[in-house]
Amino acid sequence: MTATVLRREPPETPAESGSTKLTERVYRIRESGIIVVLALFVAVTAGIQHRFVSVSNIQFVLVNTAIFALLALGETMVVVSRNVDLSVGSVLGISAYLSASLFGGHHGFPVPVVFGAGLGIGLGWGIVNGLLVAAGRVPSLVVTLATLYIIRGIDILIVGGSMVTANSLPTGFLGIPKETVLGVPDIALAVAVVVAAGAYYLRSFRSGRELYAIGSNPEAARLAGIPIGKRVLFAFAVSGAIAGVAGVLWAAQYGTVDSTAGSGYELTVVTAVVVGGVAIFGGSGSAVGAALGALLLATINSALYVLGISDFWDQAIAGFLLILAITMDRVISVKLTAALRLRSTRRAA
Amino acid sequence: MQPDLDLAPGKPPGPSRPGLASMRARAPWAFRWETGLALIVVIIGVAGVAASPNFLTSANLFNLGLSNGEIAIMALPMTLIIISGEIDLSVSSTLGMSSCLLGFLWSRHWPMIAIFVVIAIVGLAAGAFNGLLVTRVGLPSLAVTIGTLTLYAGIAEILLGPNTVSNFPTAYTNLGVNAVPFTGNAITYSTAIFAVLAVIFGVILHATPAGRSIFAMGASPEAAMFAGIRVKRIKTVLFMVSGLVCSLAGVLYTFRLSTAVQNNGVGLELDVVAIVLVGGISIFGGQGSIPGVVLGVLAFVGIQNVLLLTNFNQEASGVVAGGLLLLSVFGRNAASYSTRLRQRLPARGRRPAEGPAPGQATAGSQP
Repeated sequence: MTATVLRREPPETPAESGSTKLTERVYRIRESGIIVVLALFVAVTAGIQHRFVSVSNIQFVLVNTAIFALLALGETMVVVSRNVDLSVGSVLGISAYLSASLFGGHHGFPVPVVFGAGLGIGLGWGIVNGLLVAAGRVPSLVVTLATLYIIRGIDILIVGGSMVTANSLPTGFLGIPKETVLGVPDIALAVAVVVAAGAYYLRSFRSGRELYAIGSNPEAARLAGIPIGKRVLFAFAVSGAIAGVAGVLWAAQYGTVDSTAGSGYELTVVTAVVVGGVAIFGGSGSAVGAALGALLLATINSALYVLGISDFWDQAIAGFLLILAITMDRVISVKLTAALRLRSTRRAA
Repeated sequence: MQPDLDLAPGKPPGPSRPGLASMRARAPWAFRWETGLALIVVIIGVAGVAASPNFLTSANLFNLGLSNGEIAIMALPMTLIIISGEIDLSVSSTLGMSSCLLGFLWSRHWPMIAIFVVIAIVGLAAGAFNGLLVTRVGLPSLAVTIGTLTLYAGIAEILLGPNTVSNFPTAYTNLGVNAVPFTGNAITYSTAIFAVLAVIFGVILHATPAGRSIFAMGASPEAAMFAGIRVKRIKTVLFMVSGLVCSLAGVLYTFRLSTAVQNNGVGLELDVVAIVLVGGISIFGGQGSIPGVVLGVLAFVGIQNVLLLTNFNQEASGVVAGGLLLLSVFGRNAASYSTRLRQRLPARGRRPAEGPAPGQATAGSQP
């Protein structure tokens, strides 16, 4: 874990001590690290196979990143508060089916209403998770493991053996992932805006900073008067709502929705978030980093495909990256703690 | 956050009712998690018999053992790891990797004995990798084993790719689907192995110094270290045992289905964790018992089976498994809820409440 204990919460004076600057710099290094890895990967792959940097492939990668980057934003809010949401895949699945089946029969159903329905379904489940964690005082790992099962089970009971097929969906809805502005997919733009807003909230709003404080040291956060329950509930509600919207996007992108939609996504999302530099036990990391983590995973996935390497390597590489990322974080944090201690002893002398 | 169901005598009498307290002192076993769970298992059994005459037949018991043997076996090392304060989510991937290695080497005409040796070594190595990252590098086991969950599943994919290996000799695949001789066709080999391992793990956990130190390090790693317990070494060994046992489960799984394919075992880790938690193991470590986990297996398997016999959609049994999991954690917390409520309610009229205990304030904190 990074040395969050040393980080002060809202900077009260502009002349904040050197420790904040140092930690800030390290986090920036952490994010630029992902960008460097990403750039290296793209450069090498493009060098071997020019098709990789073609417009259509870049669009493909961006659309594939969009859903995971969106989910990663919600997961980041939960993880920085020292919790975890394992139910995102199941929420995505049930939202994808229920919202897509609204089109059943009449294609004229307004698309924004469908997105609203997805959001509502996700929000509902997010609040359930949040209430169980915050009011029930049960560890989120256990609660969301249970709701992962329960929501998927309900999904299976509703869907049964049937599925929503692409020809029951209006072409306008299915076309959403294909629309572009100046060559950039609309979805990617929209997700970028949402992630930027989320990052700004986490970085600059009082309640956003309080999520970090809770994750950094729950006991200290309580003594500082932070309403832990309310903040944690909010983080889960946002994560659920985002998973609900992601479900609608999933339906638009794949067209066919059965009861397995999004199963196993929770692990990919947690991987993206952790690779993106968010500490699994809370207190540090950024939404932009998490989105970059999602982008990196999608890029690797596509690079393997373009290079003709079997995508059976995909999982092993993702797992390896995750372990590499947390190991590096650990090494950096040990060094950083040592450096900060040295500095403070020098100043005291 | 610790429910303290079985530590009643150590608690200050406080506001709890005197009748209940004296009952607790006189018959502490009645307040144990395992007692409640045993009751639930009996209820499930009665409900099963009432729901279908096929419930308590040897054929049904055989099928139950067949379809849940590997999960039950993997729950045993998971129990020790969770009690020691860690978690291993890579169990199902280790199973899958072992299954694919079996198929991969068999398709290259290795002798079966050599394959078993390789699988055992790979299982131990996979566990050692987890254990060393957790204890020597100092990483959280949740993150490490989410990583190796993906990594080992990825290695399984690389080994077999889209191929399926299913030409295993019948002498071995029979072990997967036949009953142990002289057991009235009710006990599968996986059930028998589970029973033997449960006794071994139970003895180690509850009757040896090593077992006591596992509880100690789960309750407080620092205190355990200062008491001279080799926390890092024992945890590494636990992860290695888990790797070995999961490899064995992978071999059983492969022979049962007569098939090695890259997605063998995907998602089983959740079942395993659910069983262990239902069995009364605290996710924070330091509490629980092997008999509890055996009862957890029975409850988990029993409920799924009752649902199957009543024509409930088998694939949706996650609703029940998840519900059981939630119930078990809330059941464990019930004592602390009632204390909190009592503290809060009369406090208005009298002096201000002392506030919640320090351990309870960390809402939703992870282990």
